[in-house]
Amino acid sequence: MKLGFSAADEAFRQECADWLNAEMAGEFRDIKGITKLTASPERRKEWEQRLGEAKWGCIGWPVEWGGRNATLAQQVIFAEEYARAGVPGRVNHIGVELAGPTLLAFGTEEQKQRFLPGIAAGKTIFCQGFSEPGAGSDLASVRTKGRLENGEWVVNGQKIWTSLAHISDWIFVVTRTEEGSKGPKGLTFLMMEIDQPGIEIRGIKQINGDAEFNETFFTDARCPADSLIGAVGDGWKIAMGLLAFERGVSTLGQQMAFRNELDELIAAAKANGAANNPLIRQRLAKAEIGLRLMRYGALRMLSNTDHSKIDGAALTYKIQWATWRRNLGELAMDVLGQAGEVAEGSEYEWDTLPNLFLYSRADTIYGGTNQIQRNLIAERGLGLPREPRGDV
Amino acid sequence: MEFVFTEEQAMIGETARAFFAENATSERTRKAMAADGIDRDLWTAFCQELGLSGIGIPESAGGAGLGLVELAIIAEAAGAQVAALPMLGSLVLSAQAIAAGGSAEQQAARLPGLLSGEVVAGYVHDAGITADGAGLSGSAGFVAHGGSAQLFVVTSNTGAWLVPADGPGVTVTPLTSMDQTRPYARVTLADAPGEPLADPAAAIAAAHRAGFVAVAAEALGGAQAALDRTVAYARERVQFGRPIGSFQAYKHRLADLMIEIEQARSAVYWAACAVDEGSDEAALAVHAAKSFAADTFFLCAGNMIQLHGGIGFTWEHDAHLSFKRARAIQSMLGNGEWHREQVATMILGEAA
Ligand SMILES: Cc1cc2nc3c(=O)[nH]c(=O)nc-3n(C[C@H](O)[C@H](O)[C@H](O)COP(=O)(O)OP(=O)(O)OC[C@H]3O[C@@H](n4cnc5c(N)ncnc54)[C@H](O)[C@@H]3O)c2cc1C
Repeated sequence: MKLGFSAADEAFRQECADWLNAEMAGEFRDIKGITKLTASPERRKEWEQRLGEAKWGCIGWPVEWGGRNATLAQQVIFAEEYARAGVPGRVNHIGVELAGPTLLAFGTEEQKQRFLPGIAAGKTIFCQGFSEPGAGSDLASVRTKGRLENGEWVVNGQKIWTSLAHISDWIFVVTRTEEGSKGPKGLTFLMMEIDQPGIEIRGIKQINGDAEFNETFFTDARCPADSLIGAVGDGWKIAMGLLAFERGVSTLGQQMAFRNELDELIAAAKANGAANNPLIRQRLAKAEIGLRLMRYGALRMLSNTDHSKIDGAALTYKIQWATWRRNLGELAMDVLGQAGEVAEGSEYEWDTLPNLFLYSRADTIYGGTNQIQRNLIAERGLGLPREPRGDV
Repeated sequence: MEFVFTEEQAMIGETARAFFAENATSERTRKAMAADGIDRDLWTAFCQELGLSGIGIPESAGGAGLGLVELAIIAEAAGAQVAALPMLGSLVLSAQAIAAGGSAEQQAARLPGLLSGEVVAGYVHDAGITADGAGLSGSAGFVAHGGSAQLFVVTSNTGAWLVPADGPGVTVTPLTSMDQTRPYARVTLADAPGEPLADPAAAIAAAHRAGFVAVAAEALGGAQAALDRTVAYARERVQFGRPIGSFQAYKHRLADLMIEIEQARSAVYWAACAVDEGSDEAALAVHAAKSFAADTFFLCAGNMIQLHGGIGFTWEHDAHLSFKRARAIQSMLGNGEWHREQVATMILGEAA
């Protein structure tokens, strides 16, 4: 068991920090410190391309696909330095962290050729078309239909809550391709180009006033026959494989963003005197401890190579960070007081901490709600009986 | 960076778990509870046959070397069985104090007896203990296994001394204690002669660091065992025609326990590792581990009673052993609020 990084790793950390800091002080200084997901999309797409050019876009990928074959420690370090330097979150998070690894694991050689270079270069932005109005937690009940017709898939139906669809180039879609099938059977995983007449995107305004997610309508939308990952009917398997990548190294970068939020909160508490309140001090300490434990939980999960046993750190990770952040948002409002409930200016737009309070209500919903996480933990982690399915 | 056990560490864990599971049985623990809270045969076997009692004590001081990670592994295994042993007071707090702050002569004179289990030491800490020449005065109310100790390591916030339990001016009053697996005694010193440790600051720092990590590890083991036993019960107990573990309200409570336990596991081994590596995170980590793991154990033990129903409230069932041990760990060596206040002071950049 070893926590410290090697001298070579520390040198790598310096290299990452130097490059990122230089970029954030130079050509891309206008996007430094952006935390809102929808802000400056065009500039952030340019940033994706800059990362791609410099081969910092997908460092964990194999060299042949535009990566650096970086070790785990290096990926951890890059993710940490990325957030530390105040670089905004990746607009192509879904492409880099989900679509790419899924293609690497399940795609054909030809599909890798088709998609990976674009993702690595920051030019192919992906979004995720899983949820539907009638299929949220119960993803297996998706109804969007896909059928093969004249060498093309033709897709009809609706997805919802599709984050960043309005700035994406591609969407991966779980479709029901076997007429009359139910549940996880008969689903197929398709990659579709968004810019086509059959796909329409409408923004949905969220509780913080922002509109990160969308409704995505498919009306005879099309993609070539070879747009499926895996085989016809493998959609569930691929979708589940993809979701497993969600717990990858990117979580460490996310934590460094949380670090920035907590630091801002600590500074606010000192500035307005809340830090003298013993109850607030206790909660700040708990938040600090929770964040550190998140880091070491993630390092345990990433260091683990024995996949024969259930990895408790991995299984509990999502609900842990989501709940931590939601609590941080509530603490932020207790620290700010009513000053946190008013915004400067006439726009319904919030600074980091009030926005954290509002946005963090989504953290415990997307990517599997806290209730669904508890079901998974109880069933997979503790071997308790599965939830019964109804037939309504 | 590799935050997993090495092969050697995994082996120590297997050995310790097997040893405690086989020997620290409920029956034997209960016998010890009816006496002075020490299973003597278990103690002798642990110290003399298993060969793990010197772990965390440098080889130069007569120990087995290795560090707090290995010590935590052992404490976790002992905690899982709520074993009735004077490990905390004798092997952790006292031995660490002597190893870190004793002169070579003091180490040679005292450590062999502690590591072989022939001498039980109690750790007496109170800020109000004063020294007038060689005579110590003051008292400490909650000395773990103090009634069974032959030797005391006595510390204030600045001084550290060795005091024989049967020395002049020393009064030891065993107390009826809620946790009978680690009963307390009040130790009163009235101008009691004490032999000063060579480096008191080092002794106090080492004892407390190791103590925080060891009780946290013990709590982790206890929490995991409480969860495991409740899960087993949830699968076999049937009500309303189904196993109680199929009710979502019940499942979710167990899931919540697992979420806390996984964090406690990160906390304990982060803290142990940070101390061993001399990381500048160590000071914060030991406070985090102690407070977090103690609360986790209490949460799990409380739920163990609730989720067993009536049987969980009986003397016969082991749930109360965990519950009482968990409560004791929450209070001892600084309660959760005190540890979190130390963390708050650090993160707010206030001088301690
Ligand atoms: C900000 C945001 C971004 C998102 N981005 C995307 C995206 O990019 N792509 C995408 O496909 N989806 C996305 N989602 C959708 C998200 O995955 C779903 O909202 C989520 O899976 C929950 O589904 P639902 O909204 O239909 O709620 P429901 O499933 O209807 O749940 C409603 C309530 O019932 C509870 N519940 C449901 N089933 C159970 C059960 N078995 N046991 C106990 N309680 C239960 C839930 O926990 C919840 O509290 C996003 C959501 C948000 C909020």
